Amino acid sequence: MRLRYIGRKLGFYLVAAWVAITVNFFLPRLIPGDPVSIIISRQTQSGTVPAGEAAALRKLLGLGSGSLLSQYGQYLDQLVHLNFGLSITEFPTPVADVVRPAIAWTLVLVGLATFISFCLGVGLGALAGWKRGTRIDALVPSTTLLTAMPYFWLALLLVYLFSQKWNLLPAQQGYDPSLDVGWNSAFIGSAIQHSILPAMTLVIASVGGWLLGMRNMTVATLSEDFVVAAEARGLSPVRVLTRYAARNAVLPSVSGFAVSIGFVVSGQIVMEQVFNYPGLGSLLFQAVSNEDYPLMQALFLTISFAVLGSNLLVDLLYGLIDPRTREA
Amino acid sequence: MATVAVAAEPGAGAGAGALSALRDALRSRRLILGLVVVGFFVLVAAFGPLFVGDPNHEYTDALNAGPSAAHWFGTTNIGQDIFAQTVDATRPTLLIGAAAGLIATAISVVIGIGGGYLGGIADELLALLTNVALVIPTLPLVIVASKFMGDNGLTPTIFVIAFTSWAASARVLRGQTLSLRNRDYVLAARALDEPRWRIILVELLPNEMPIIVSQFTFSMVFAILGQAGLAFLGLQSADMLTWGNILYFAQNAQALDSGQWWWFAPSGLCIAVFGAGLALINFGLDELLNPRLRVYRPSKARAERSS
Repeated sequence: MRLRYIGRKLGFYLVAAWVAITVNFFLPRLIPGDPVSIIISRQTQSGTVPAGEAAALRKLLGLGSGSLLSQYGQYLDQLVHLNFGLSITEFPTPVADVVRPAIAWTLVLVGLATFISFCLGVGLGALAGWKRGTRIDALVPSTTLLTAMPYFWLALLLVYLFSQKWNLLPAQQGYDPSLDVGWNSAFIGSAIQHSILPAMTLVIASVGGWLLGMRNMTVATLSEDFVVAAEARGLSPVRVLTRYAARNAVLPSVSGFAVSIGFVVSGQIVMEQVFNYPGLGSLLFQAVSNEDYPLMQALFLTISFAVLGSNLLVDLLYGLIDPRTREA
Repeated sequence: MATVAVAAEPGAGAGAGALSALRDALRSRRLILGLVVVGFFVLVAAFGPLFVGDPNHEYTDALNAGPSAAHWFGTTNIGQDIFAQTVDATRPTLLIGAAAGLIATAISVVIGIGGGYLGGIADELLALLTNVALVIPTLPLVIVASKFMGDNGLTPTIFVIAFTSWAASARVLRGQTLSLRNRDYVLAARALDEPRWRIILVELLPNEMPIIVSQFTFSMVFAILGQAGLAFLGLQSADMLTWGNILYFAQNAQALDSGQWWWFAPSGLCIAVFGAGLALINFGLDELLNPRLRVYRPSKARAERSS
């Protein structure tokens, strides 16, 4: 049964990955006009275009040649070899080399912030649900204001307050550029210091969602028979909440991870722009403003795979914490 | 399995039902507050531009001025009145939110309710499509798509956002449909040989209306946030004036570095307050359907999991 569950999940993520790869293949081909002629027409305005430029661009963009099917084959072949073509902005660096350093920055920041936000939201949500109808619970609707804020705007607000007004924290970049990048304490300290504001943004903006879901589920779970039974056995309220109610109430929050992580990643992409953070979001923005199509495609795939991977991980964990899913 | 409160009397006594629902609605303070907030912004969108000048063609002599009696929200670096901009931006912003939200909700109704009711292989495929669409991150896709498309005026923006944001609603509606399709009144309608479209339109759809409305409000917030993000990255046509575009102009003029908080604050606050207003309406709806909707939730999650 366990194996079948894992197999089903893996199968689903394989399909999802295939869809992401295929969407990525069709993106440059679906647009009106083709990117090659667009770039060339722009280059003609600013000077002469060398002969063979069109063919070179096609190769650069990884567009391939021949029928659509054989282009798709070439595209898959390049993917398997992690060959995403050459970056136009940082020509002739391969796209993969441009993307690689940015991954860690975003991964660590989003990962940590999501973890903190999840723990905080679930904890406070369980508390609000437990104290239903009290003053703590009445504060819950105000978190919707946080949830409805654009991430980047919250980031701007924090920068204005903490950097501009009070001059407490650095607002730009991921570390002090005068330091050497490496595993030394000065650099790590600087990186942590620079990550506080971005992490704070992510936590503040995403905690409301976790909190609300957990609060509602706790309220629902508290009326279940097994909770009533636990109370009737005279167990302490804290034990009833933590071992009986919250444990079950948290399940939908975990299974709803896909939606939340999508939100956080989207927010992160735009937010990095505010902080000039050296992650995938800033890189994506750079690629977009420089019309670096190979880099854009590689980034879309990287971000998609990161989200798919984290969802797969959560799904497999979910099978562990909720045995019912394994039998289904 | 528990029931949704409104599912008790499908179609029957719609007039009386609506009246008592209205009475209940007026008792929910959150719903009222939400309606007032949203209503205010709708009024501003409809009539606001009549009262303020065209901010893109009227320039004042005061550049980068802070809030004052003459310019409530201050002025931009080229002397545009930010209050007038904010008011004028309300209409396109709300339009994008409402239109994209409506289209996304319509797609989710067709896919979620259709799949859930039809069952079988059609449902399997639609559920797969929904789940795949759900796990593929949309914003990077939208960013890349917008760049490839080039033209990012009102209509393309609406469609791009709508087509990438229906999945979460579809999943919720499918779960609800799965639980409704075997209720007695649906079985009765089936036994009477009512055509499928009639069962879906007359028996299922009205009973899922509260959920559909609540999903619509989520979609609308999502669309407004999405457009603001795209605008902030400079991926929206500069001819369009939305709250997001104002933030983009502010960022471009490095308003933050020079401490011009008034250029940033209003638009972001408008987005947050409007979104919170919609969320409060949602809360209110939730309260109306209380407490049975809450009791229902775990089974919905269970239905999804087994899919």
